[in-house]
Amino acid sequence: MNGSDSQGPLWEVFVQKKSGQPFVHCGNLHAFDKEMALQNARDLYTRRGEGMSLWVVLSSAIVASSPEDMGSFFEPSNDKIFRHPTFYQIPDGVGHM
Amino acid sequence: MGNVEKEMMNTNEALFNYTLRLGDSSLILAQRLSEWTGHGPFLEEDLALTNIALDIFGRAKSLLEYAAQVEGKGRTEDDLAFLRNERQFYNTLISEQPNGDYARTIIRQAFVDCFDLLFYTELSKSSDATLAGIAAKSIKEITYHKRHSFSWVNRFGNGTSESLERLQKGCNELWPYTNELFEMTEVDQMLFANGVAVDLSALKPKWEKEISALLQLANVSVQTEVHMQTGSRKALHSEHLGYILAEMQALQRMHPGAKW
Repeated sequence: MNGSDSQGPLWEVFVQKKSGQPFVHCGNLHAFDKEMALQNARDLYTRRGEGMSLWVVLSSAIVASSPEDMGSFFEPSNDKIFRHPTFYQIPDGVGHM
Repeated sequence: MGNVEKEMMNTNEALFNYTLRLGDSSLILAQRLSEWTGHGPFLEEDLALTNIALDIFGRAKSLLEYAAQVEGKGRTEDDLAFLRNERQFYNTLISEQPNGDYARTIIRQAFVDCFDLLFYTELSKSSDATLAGIAAKSIKEITYHKRHSFSWVNRFGNGTSESLERLQKGCNELWPYTNELFEMTEVDQMLFANGVAVDLSALKPKWEKEISALLQLANVSVQTEVHMQTGSRKALHSEHLGYILAEMQALQRMHPGAKW
């Protein structure tokens, strides 16, 4: 056993409030295996009826964009208004789309 | 006429005693589990076990509230919980045993959760609507408690030599308190005849099957020819209950009628 952190690996927790809605990140926890991670997530993050479904993912499995990439990844889309579907006149009879 | 009235009184007293037993067992077990607050092996487990304790306190409140109603002498669930003495409590002996280490706490929980799931599943079919309702609500909670305790027994049994040793020790020390869970008294018989109570003897083989499968999975052996502890059906308790009550009831006894 390597002394310093004996709580097990870190897992990220995502909760889905209702069926069909997106899973939302709500925190993380330490656990040694999948079953324990799932139970701990249920105990820590669904005490107050936060949701109906849980995902737990090893933090090491998550691939994240780095701050250095922010410019090339995300800024170009800021001034491309033609990508937004806002140029159509919706006939009254159609209602909400 | 006189005999019929006596019969009805006895059934009510039996129901009071029965409900008290269920409420007390939940109350004392929850009190024991809450001793782990802030002392859990790590944060996630600390929250898990204390949440389980809260679920069990909730059940205790519902049961004692009903018991007070059945008694019909104007007492509340708080009066029952905080103002009775040891010789008036009917909780099972296993619920008042010391927590010991985590392995011992967990294996006790496995024994009790396995029993409680079987018991409350049957009680949800009771002809007493209130008991059936409390039982139906408890089933989902207990399903989770059992999943938690069973998976930890498995982990300890298949972990290190130390975890298995502690688990085996806990099992040896608590096994003598398991038979009492299935004891049927005159109260059980009377209420079973009315469709209110559960036939505990029918639960025993199911419990034994599930527990022996679990213990086998966890590499834990069971002692045979063990003297089984008994007495709580007559409100005869181990020396531990007095200390539990002293701590649990201290505030209410020092400041009677306190409100906040």
